[in-house]
Amino acid sequence: MADYLFLIPLLPLIGFLINGLLIGRLPKPVISLVGCLSVGGALLLALLAFFELKGLPVEARVMQQVLFAWIPSGSFHVDIAFLLDPLSAVMILVVTGVGFLIHVYSVGYMHHDEGYGRYFAYLNLFTFSMLMLVLANNFLLMFVGWEGVGLCSYLLIGFWFEKKSASDAGKKAFIVNRIGDFGFLLGMFIIFWQVGSLDFATVMEKAPTAFSFGGGLITAACLLLFVGAIGKSAQIPLFVWLPDAMEGPTPVSALIHAATMVTAGVYMVVRSNVLYMMAPDALLVVAIIGAATALFAATIGLVQNDIKRVLAYSTVSQLGYMFLACGVAAFSAGIFHLMTHAFFKALLFLGAGSVIHAMSGEQDIRKMGGLRKYIRITYLTFLLATLAIAGIPGMSGFFSKDEILWQAFSSGHGSPIFWAIGLVTALLTTFYMFRLVYLTFHGTERMDTETKHHLHESPRSMTVPLMILGVLSVVGGWVGLPAVFGATNYFEHWLDPVTAKGSELVSESVHASGGGNAGLEMTLMFVTVLLVIGAWMLARYMYVRHTETATRVREKAGGLYTVLLNKYYIDEIYGFLIVRPFVGLSTFFWKIIDVLVIDGFVNGLARLGALSSDLLRFVQTGRVRSYATLFAAGVVLVIGFLILR
Amino acid sequence: MSVPISAYLTLAAVLFGLGTVGVLITRNIIVLFMCIELMLNAANMALIAFSRALNVMDGHVMVFLVMTVAAAEAAVGLGMIITIHRNRETINIDRFDLMKW
Amino acid sequence: MTIDAVIFVISAVVAIFGAAMMIAQRNPVASVLYLILSLIAQAVIYVQLGALFVGIMLVIVYAGAIMVLFLFVIMLLNLRGSEELGKPSGRVSRFTKYVITLLFFVELIFVIRGVALPPAPELVTNQPDAFGSVKAVSMLLFTKYLYPFQLTGVLMLIAVVGAVVIARREHPGELPDDTAAESTLAETPKEGTKA
Repeated sequence: MADYLFLIPLLPLIGFLINGLLIGRLPKPVISLVGCLSVGGALLLALLAFFELKGLPVEARVMQQVLFAWIPSGSFHVDIAFLLDPLSAVMILVVTGVGFLIHVYSVGYMHHDEGYGRYFAYLNLFTFSMLMLVLANNFLLMFVGWEGVGLCSYLLIGFWFEKKSASDAGKKAFIVNRIGDFGFLLGMFIIFWQVGSLDFATVMEKAPTAFSFGGGLITAACLLLFVGAIGKSAQIPLFVWLPDAMEGPTPVSALIHAATMVTAGVYMVVRSNVLYMMAPDALLVVAIIGAATALFAATIGLVQNDIKRVLAYSTVSQLGYMFLACGVAAFSAGIFHLMTHAFFKALLFLGAGSVIHAMSGEQDIRKMGGLRKYIRITYLTFLLATLAIAGIPGMSGFFSKDEILWQAFSSGHGSPIFWAIGLVTALLTTFYMFRLVYLTFHGTERMDTETKHHLHESPRSMTVPLMILGVLSVVGGWVGLPAVFGATNYFEHWLDPVTAKGSELVSESVHASGGGNAGLEMTLMFVTVLLVIGAWMLARYMYVRHTETATRVREKAGGLYTVLLNKYYIDEIYGFLIVRPFVGLSTFFWKIIDVLVIDGFVNGLARLGALSSDLLRFVQTGRVRSYATLFAAGVVLVIGFLILR
Repeated sequence: MSVPISAYLTLAAVLFGLGTVGVLITRNIIVLFMCIELMLNAANMALIAFSRALNVMDGHVMVFLVMTVAAAEAAVGLGMIITIHRNRETINIDRFDLMKW
Repeated sequence: MTIDAVIFVISAVVAIFGAAMMIAQRNPVASVLYLILSLIAQAVIYVQLGALFVGIMLVIVYAGAIMVLFLFVIMLLNLRGSEELGKPSGRVSRFTKYVITLLFFVELIFVIRGVALPPAPELVTNQPDAFGSVKAVSMLLFTKYLYPFQLTGVLMLIAVVGAVVIARREHPGELPDDTAAESTLAETPKEGTKA
């Protein structure tokens, strides 16, 4: 029944092979056709698989396909096998769906680029890696996809590698990711050591007996896995690569931020939710880091002037939200937000790409303004996405954010502090997003006449994905209506088979949103909405009505503003605390250890060889007869030995 | 059969020993070459004798193959001798010390 | 003594004599002729051992073709046995070589004495597929040993090409060759005057 599962990642791989092997030999229409169709085909198959899974009874909603044994080595056995359960079904739909739209968008966006074929090859490889990641049925295969997206992010962020900043950003992303991967690997080792398998089903089955509840080992394993997630999903302290990832082409940013890559960490945590439920301490760390990142990144986002940079910090902040949800054991809420976020963040980035396209490459929002007259479709879709991310009632972001906030407040692992941080983050998010909208699309036109002359709406291949994503941003949340409205939360029940096992482990119910608290939940929701609208109005007041207020606030908060503008000097601090000692250490190893010790040893061996051969070469007389004599003597010795033996 | 097989083998050993002496002491490269041929033939004789003793003909085939190899060797070796003689104007084996040091 | 023994003794003596004389000769042409003598005596012993086909091959191919090739080369190089062959090796070195060979020979005899062979069956020679006949050997050659046989063909081809490549002059007709030819021409009258 699951025979075609392997085709879902295989199709993008084929697309990659065709585009990658025939770089520079295919005409552009063929490249775009191959690139889009491979992902489109994967999308269709993913839909097919989704509906087949939906047709199954709830408790039987698992499809496995074992392709072949990958590493059969004694007790260590790993298969190339795919697992489709409600969780990975959601993920493949997001990855292929949003990925497909981004592919289509790229056809228009990258049309004039030299590396068109290379671009689509990387894009397909990226999709392939992400699909491997979410479809894998064991940790090791997941790690393959995990590394794959790391590689692709490096390739795509550094896509315009002639630009030094771009290639630097690519390297930064790769290296920071590697730090996280190291933790992931170690976590994997602990799991294998204790459980004896890396297969998800087996691990989740045996974990409750193999580990002691809340013990040191399980906590260590979870924390190490979470280090991997920190690196991949850009949390404190490893978030520094994500804002720099803006150096890549804008659709790539959309892909990285929305559909692939950064969601991998969240997915991984949810996938191993049983392990995390066994380690409450690790959960708490997840929640704290998530909350801290959410707030931290949102404050930076307040003052950035680059349209993509604002969105980047917004992504970091939203990812913090998702981890906050995971940390309070509201895994389905985390995935729910992941999904809605994928829609509106992809839309925001693609919209930003459309703006940049219209502005002939300008990214500074101080030089924009009043654009809504010129690029209507982009403006409307961008506005929809902003409403969604701000959590205006009815939009997708509202439901997922509300779910997270409520869980943070009420869950057995949550606390009002988490809720408060989440609320403040939500307000900040609303504020900086509307600031972005107003500065970009409203107010005075601050661009120069040359750019203004060129202002134009993007081609159809770019606006159609925008509109589709716009619709999804609105309706995407309706699958998870909160129970308090009297509706059924389809999404949560959909994920029940995945999260149920973990929640059975703890005595207190994770889903504490019972009817008894309905009044409280409604109250909190009402307060949140009011405050969010207040933040919106504040942004409107500051950036549309009385623009001089913004300047005044900036001058008042001079020091704080500079700190925020420079992103808390995090890059500089890392440079001072980590990079510089490392450079010093590396120099030591290079000059002393490598050049003197290792090279000295190797060269010494070579000199010894030269010396001894100088002595021995006198044996080589070059006379055939003396050789023959020695030869004969050798034969005599050998035969003599054989006889006398 | 009146002559024992060991007699034939001994003859082969004698011929082989003569060939070895020749290779070791001669200074004429062409004679040296012929000594090698003699050694090959001594080995052949041992093969034939064993074939006869064991009543199988595989030894004959081996001899045939050895002859082929000898012919090939003679062709190439003589070609080399011609070339070396052309360049060095000698057939003295001790002066063929190109590979010295 | 049976007739077999007589034939063996005579052939063996001739073969050893030919081999020894080949080594002792200064003139390479004489060496070749002695080797041919030795080979023909060996062929007689082959036939006595029932290896009719191989014995004939030895005479035709070895004594005939290959030895003629040697002769041809000797003629081509114009060797008369009077070439400067350098100093003979010293007495010690010569002695060592003899000792080594002698030791080798003793070892061989030792090995031969250790071989236990079954008594050979009587030869049947009046049938076309008897032991050692052309038909019988060919059957083996073209069935069991077909693959090695084919490979010898490849080997021969390589040897032919190799011989041609090795013996060929590097750049026929170019300047160094011409000067060499001129120098020999120039030397010819001198030799004539000497003579």
